[in-house]
Amino acid sequence: MKNIIIIGNGIAGVTAARHIRKRSNHRITIISSETTHFFSRTALMYIYMGHMDYKNTKPYEDWFWKKNRIDLIQDFVEKVDVVEKKLYLTGKGKLSYDTLIIAAGSKSNKFGWPGQDYKGVQGLYSYPDLLEMEENTKGIERAVIVGGGLIGVEMAEMLRSRKIEVTFLIREDSFWSNVLPSQEAQMISRHIREHHVDLREGTELQDILGDNQGRVRGVVTKQGEQIECQFVGLTVGVSPNIGFLKSSGIDTQRGVLVNEYLQTNVKDVYALGDCVERTYDLPGRRNIEQVWYTGRMMGEVVAQTICGTPTPYEPGPWFNSAKFFDIEYQTYGNVWNELKSNEEEFYWEHHSGKKAIHFVWDKGSHQFLGLNVFGIRLRHELFDKWLREKRPIQFVIENLHEANFDPEFFDRHETEIITAIDLAKPELKIKSTLKS
Amino acid sequence: MKVLRSIGLVLFLFSFGLFLSLFFMSEYKLTKEIFVEKIKKQHQESLEPTMQELFDKPYSTSYSFAQAVSNSISRVNEQFRNAQQWDSVIYDDYTSSLTKASTSGWVVDNTGLLFFLVFGVGLIGAMLFILPKASLETAGIKNDGIFHNVLNNRGWIGILIGTLLIGFYVLIYFYDAYIMNWIILVEPLKKWIYPQGESSQWFLYGFLYTFAVLVMGVRMILKYRHSKYQIIRTLSVMFFQLAFAFLIPEILVRLNQPYFDFKNMWPLDYDFFDAWHINMLTSAGGLGIFMFVWGITLFVVGVPVFVYFFGKRWYCSWVCGCGGLAETAGDPFRHLSDKSLKAWKIERWLVHAVLVFAVIMTGAVLYNFISGTSSIFGFDTYTYLRKPYGFMIGSIFSGVVGTGFYPLMGNRVWCRFGCPLAAYLGFVQRFKSRFRITTNGGQCISCGNCSTYCEMGIDVRWYAQRGQNIIRSSCVGCGVCSSVCPRGVLNLEVKDEKGRFGQPVLAGNNHVQQG
Ligand SMILES: Cc1cc2nc3c(=O)[nH]c(=O)nc-3n(C[C@H](O)[C@H](O)[C@H](O)COP(=O)(O)OP(=O)(O)OC[C@H]3O[C@@H](n4cnc5c(N)ncnc54)[C@H](O)[C@@H]3O)c2cc1C
Ligand code: SF4
Repeated sequence: MKNIIIIGNGIAGVTAARHIRKRSNHRITIISSETTHFFSRTALMYIYMGHMDYKNTKPYEDWFWKKNRIDLIQDFVEKVDVVEKKLYLTGKGKLSYDTLIIAAGSKSNKFGWPGQDYKGVQGLYSYPDLLEMEENTKGIERAVIVGGGLIGVEMAEMLRSRKIEVTFLIREDSFWSNVLPSQEAQMISRHIREHHVDLREGTELQDILGDNQGRVRGVVTKQGEQIECQFVGLTVGVSPNIGFLKSSGIDTQRGVLVNEYLQTNVKDVYALGDCVERTYDLPGRRNIEQVWYTGRMMGEVVAQTICGTPTPYEPGPWFNSAKFFDIEYQTYGNVWNELKSNEEEFYWEHHSGKKAIHFVWDKGSHQFLGLNVFGIRLRHELFDKWLREKRPIQFVIENLHEANFDPEFFDRHETEIITAIDLAKPELKIKSTLKS
Repeated sequence: MKVLRSIGLVLFLFSFGLFLSLFFMSEYKLTKEIFVEKIKKQHQESLEPTMQELFDKPYSTSYSFAQAVSNSISRVNEQFRNAQQWDSVIYDDYTSSLTKASTSGWVVDNTGLLFFLVFGVGLIGAMLFILPKASLETAGIKNDGIFHNVLNNRGWIGILIGTLLIGFYVLIYFYDAYIMNWIILVEPLKKWIYPQGESSQWFLYGFLYTFAVLVMGVRMILKYRHSKYQIIRTLSVMFFQLAFAFLIPEILVRLNQPYFDFKNMWPLDYDFFDAWHINMLTSAGGLGIFMFVWGITLFVVGVPVFVYFFGKRWYCSWVCGCGGLAETAGDPFRHLSDKSLKAWKIERWLVHAVLVFAVIMTGAVLYNFISGTSSIFGFDTYTYLRKPYGFMIGSIFSGVVGTGFYPLMGNRVWCRFGCPLAAYLGFVQRFKSRFRITTNGGQCISCGNCSTYCEMGIDVRWYAQRGQNIIRSSCVGCGVCSSVCPRGVLNLEVKDEKGRFGQPVLAGNNHVQQG
């Protein structure tokens, strides 16, 4: 029986713990400083908006941990001694381990802007951040958000739910344009504006202004414009949270470096989730992937490895999802923000401006490479299968109706989509009974 | 738009306040004429000496008047009992009929106007409050502030409304004389539907119930206007409440046919097999016989067949009256249902116990009906089975607790913990149905919206985050989990039974065995 310690009770650490428990009798301890119990970070916005209470965001009831013999310690790991196999905690002193799993997540980026430490200026990653945001936005009228990614748009939605005026500064020319192709970036930008967010593309932050009590009172943009506000949300991305590993002997670059088995350079030390940087390449995937699903999948894999079935981390085709105010987004496979030279695309948008679908395939072989879809739900399992089977785009289009996952009675658009693509790309010679 | 909403709220509160204050707005005076008209001949002689004291004496509240009437009847009965004249004891309930006939004043003289001021203005107010929301907010899930709100989250307004509802149910079921002004208020409508009829607490109840379902149904449709499933489903419960539960039975009575709700069925309709009910139907000609056969066919054939093809939802969240109220008026409280494993355990014991109780009770009643007896194994069926069932389950559980506790325990307390029909439908759904809620590959982010907004207290996320179909006997298929899921993970599907109970699958990860 091994003594396994996991640092971090996020999705990565908790999934590892659960799967190790299913397969073994090892002693499992999770140390985490943020909250006593695992909660869903992705649901932070809903607590602020009043859709849920904190307790609703806990995926497992509090009795679950004891019943499954997973010990929880709320404390902070200051230092890891890999030679003695010991952890140094702020409160509880020293703890020994046989196997260590580092699942320490991310932290919000701050780029050293002047004034970034004024009260009322913050990022949003943790539960304490949320409480701070609650405090910082009480009774305020105007907020500025800097950085146009997923957390930024979530923050805009949060603030708008309390009728706070929002100015949203993004450096790029359109929203989330390092991920989204311009067609959908524009659609989402329109939708954000429809929610009365003052969206400023191509606008960078220069300076944050404070008053004499150390509270933020406004920002200045690179163009020299001054915007009054009582809150500044900094949502310019996250980076692996690895500060406490400095000089531990565990190799890090931007994140903790791991091989296929999620092992670090030190024996019996593994790392998972947001804090990881892979040293090996996976086709169509970045080496640091800070999303919920990768944390979960790494947890599943590492449990098998630790319990005696060494299993490489090889996630299948990329998938992800998000929601921009009212518009749901799913993606399967790879759709880059800019078309690669070997790729061809087709984009369809519904006249409501709230639904869209964007296919990408290989020019030469017609192999389907990926799609973005908005306002329509599609089946993950089917796309996972079709991508693995390297199906041609024609097959995907012809069978699109099978992949629909919308509720009963919803408007269906396959005929419209197929007709449009057939018209635009007659060379694909699409055979479908749904063609009109 | 915001101004319109405020005006609407003021109008609605005005009509609601007026409705409550009607309680105090009449005078009650018993006269000799009323006495002679309402008291049966054989009781007049014995009652007159004591009741005389009440003649021409004005009372300012229905409560004091009804108390005075029932006191005098008890006094007379006590004398009979002391004298051991058991046959003379009066069991007739004269309190309501005397109270109704003795009510006079503003309410009686102006029922038409008051009806308009309460329900007309109330309706206008409610619509002004509800409709403009559509132009203030884009379509989509807008549960903003629900957990900060004093109405939705067991705050003072919630507790106040809960208390009012509980009080209302207690009055309706047990003390109708006290709410005579409300009963009189809906008299014009009753007369319009059925000129020879008289309004009663049940007519009042049916009307208010339908009013609530329709008004809050409009709210529900607006709130979920981006979801055709929710729109059609809500229209369906509104239709069944208005037509099947309210209008058709009243019209049947007007046509001299038995009062019958074609969508209600045993065991929810627990008096279906009562001797009086069977006799009423079977002696009412062809239509009566049809009703009797229909009622039986519905639960013997209808339930298994429809649940097999569509799931329990065909009844619970598309047709049923209790479900109709829960899905409309109850929607603001759906998140208050308890999601814990413990609550699920209690639910399973309780709801199945009620089903067993209903079956035993009905069995005994039927046995008595067929054999012409009135007891079973030496126990009087009415005293030990039928009456306790009607009181505890029929009135207290389904009414007082079932609806009164909306703002405290969520909108499906009865359906989840008490309804024997739900237990039966659920049994079929669990074991023999094409219905299930499927999860979309590995897309769940465990956010918890689905579990939070499940009115039946199902921890939907538990299944979704491990990629497992949700097959629960209690699921009423309202579809709200699917609506609120921000990642498009959940879908109500009917398809081949094969694979329904399949292994949990989270798509997307190679080499991993789930479990
Ligand atoms: C607002 C928001 C919305 C998001 N929405 C989505 C989404 O919709 N979809 C999606 O795929 N992803 C989303 N993400 C990203 C996703 O939440 C993360 O990828 C995921 O939670 C990372 O999980 P993890 O287990 O790796 O780390 P974390 O969840 O960060 O867990 C790490 C834990 O370890 C603790 N810890 C770290 N160091 C120490 C130490 N030295 N001692 C003790 N404890 C320590 C931390 O306090 C933290 O609690 C979102 C993130 C945020 C902030
Ligand atoms: S199924 Fe949807 S609503 Fe439920 S926890 Fe998963 S993502 Fe959230």
